[in-house]
Amino acid sequence: MKRSILGMQLLAGILGVILIALLACAAPSTTPTPTAAPLGRVEVLGVWGGEELASFQAMVAPWEQQTGGTMAFTGTRDLIAILTTRIAAGNPPDIAILPNPGQMMELAKAGNLTPLSSFLDMNKINQEYSKGWVDLGTVDGKLYAIFVKASDKGTVWYNPKTFAANGWKVPTTWDQMIALSNQIVSEKKTPPAPWSVAVESGQASGWPATDWMAQIMLRKYGGDVYDQWVAHTIPWTDSRIKDVWQMFGTIALTQGYVPGGAIAALATNFQDGTYLPFQTPPKAAMCYLGDFTAGFIATQFPNLVAGQDYSFFPFPTIAAQYSAGVTGGADLVAAFKDNPTVRSFVQYLSTAGAQEIWVKRGGFTSVNKMVSLNAYPNVLTRDAAKQLTEATLFRFGAGDSMPAAVQTAWWQGVLAYLQNPSQLDAILSNIEAQAKTAYQ
Amino acid sequence: MPRLLTKLLESNRQRAGRPSPRSLVAWLWLLPALAFIAVFLIYPVVDTFRISFMNADSTAYIGIGNYVHVFTSRATQDALLNNVLWLSFFTLLAVGLGVVLAVLTGRVRYESLAKAAIFIPMAISFVAAGVIWKFVYAYSPEGFSQIGLINATGTSMGLPPVAWLVQQQIAYTGQVLPTPLHTNNFALILVGVWMWTGFAMVILSASLKGIPVEIIEAARVDGASEWQVFWRILLPMLSPTIAVVATTLIIQALKNFDIVWVMTAGNFNTDVVATLMYKQMFNFRHFGQAGALAVILLLAMIPVMLINVRRFRA
Repeated sequence: MKRSILGMQLLAGILGVILIALLACAAPSTTPTPTAAPLGRVEVLGVWGGEELASFQAMVAPWEQQTGGTMAFTGTRDLIAILTTRIAAGNPPDIAILPNPGQMMELAKAGNLTPLSSFLDMNKINQEYSKGWVDLGTVDGKLYAIFVKASDKGTVWYNPKTFAANGWKVPTTWDQMIALSNQIVSEKKTPPAPWSVAVESGQASGWPATDWMAQIMLRKYGGDVYDQWVAHTIPWTDSRIKDVWQMFGTIALTQGYVPGGAIAALATNFQDGTYLPFQTPPKAAMCYLGDFTAGFIATQFPNLVAGQDYSFFPFPTIAAQYSAGVTGGADLVAAFKDNPTVRSFVQYLSTAGAQEIWVKRGGFTSVNKMVSLNAYPNVLTRDAAKQLTEATLFRFGAGDSMPAAVQTAWWQGVLAYLQNPSQLDAILSNIEAQAKTAYQ
Repeated sequence: MPRLLTKLLESNRQRAGRPSPRSLVAWLWLLPALAFIAVFLIYPVVDTFRISFMNADSTAYIGIGNYVHVFTSRATQDALLNNVLWLSFFTLLAVGLGVVLAVLTGRVRYESLAKAAIFIPMAISFVAAGVIWKFVYAYSPEGFSQIGLINATGTSMGLPPVAWLVQQQIAYTGQVLPTPLHTNNFALILVGVWMWTGFAMVILSASLKGIPVEIIEAARVDGASEWQVFWRILLPMLSPTIAVVATTLIIQALKNFDIVWVMTAGNFNTDVVATLMYKQMFNFRHFGQAGALAVILLLAMIPVMLINVRRFRA
């Protein structure tokens, strides 16, 4: 008896499987036939995961529907290592999303990349992207990369309501910013301190301070000196680099500027540090960090309104001729293979229509000029996008463009400097020693 | 093991006078184990040794350059000194507290409860322990609400908050002692002690239970004070176990990584050799220097291992 029931269940199961298989066979004929010849599968290697990956997939979905091609995403936190290994093994991905142009240039020079200018409509690209971004993606006269998903590091965060209540004015120059800082210290209102500086970030502790220095360098000494610094054609002991450190030191080390002083800056996590101007009561007036800070604040204080309760002002002018200088970052799309699927995919990603999909979902700043500013979810992201697309002097964050050993030495140098400011010369010659071996 | 093998073979030879099929059989039985050891132990060790004499991406030999760098660069010198500090303080404190607690818990009615409480940290993963203690040591500037247990207690008694994981000068006094005697190093070592004291206590307590009661009773009858019983009877009889526990903890101190990595990531001069090795390997992709550090760590461990092995043989 028991056995027969089992047999019937088995039979039903088999019939079910056959039915499903039949349905599955029938399914493709019901979907609309793609207009062009069907495309294959494109493999994309990148660092995105979670929310970012979901947004990327949403961005790619219309392409998949229109062309019949499919996108397979391989996510890794160790992008460069995986990429190097796969290229060496003769098995590169079709497309990689790289975090900075340094790596792209090396790959292009080594002949690993497909020039995008061979199949993209360059007139359209030149119309939609400002010259600075096209130049950054060009090696030896050929375009190798399209920039997507930029971030802006020229933003100083503050609480407009506290500023209004205390009668403080948003500074536009460095001197005004220092004057305001001194005013805040002497007035002893709420908040009693002008700055929140927080550099703890586990193994990468120190990077928020290096962002400060990169932005100061670009605004004070301009793009040429900045490039020489990144390429290590001027030594770390150069007086201009030392000056940049000391200007950061003015903010971080002046008595009364940072609540708890340098020890607090070292011990506080960078994300927690961004909360100080917005908590009740506020503990500091301003905090410098990239445009992604908006996300930290929105998550921690869901009731605050962007643009009213929290906002940013552009990093103040230091030297008038470099007042358009903005540091930041951007992910770029580079192709390792050349076939109709890759061509169609890259072409699609470069369009404003594709990028607007992610822009609307938030967390994405496009450098395509055709992307409507109205697509941005709020006034802050719109302002950051405007600052970036209009930036005539844009540079990638200095640390990200340097060899890893130098970047780490710089982070460590920051930690040492905050503990012992008097050791600055020794710290700089130590980084210089690291740089000498790393740039060989 | 080689000695065991030769003995086995010799006994065969003595019986047969020449290599017999039986010795071949012995070799055959040993083959899988030898193959495993060769692939998973000997080959990696030899290859690490080879790589430690090569450049960053292992494409050319550069002599002893990596070792010169290890012993001359400031960062590695500090890491070596920190390892020495771990070795001495971590081992001394964990073993010392283990002995004291083993003796004391043996004398109370709620022994199993007390022991369980002390042993529980051993069951927590290193990473979790690091995270827990990061909260215990948490620091906020003066005038902010303190969420760290120690600083909350300290500030409620009127003491200033201390950045335990950052500051190098001695807490509250501000004294600066020579490297590596820094507050943050001691704060990290304390976490290790918290985790391993239970282990030392349990093993020592088991050994303590093995000491015949008659000896202790006899000593008491002869008029020995409890203090004398501890120093003259218990401690000498415990010493073989203490040695085993100490060598285990020394090895633990030498390869210590997780606590430092989770709590400070080696910042503020708290790097140890293992964290530095990880950084050279995965951050800077300098396989040569990572290899050199690995070899140094291995060489430092060999004497400890030998002592342990010899003890087992005796």
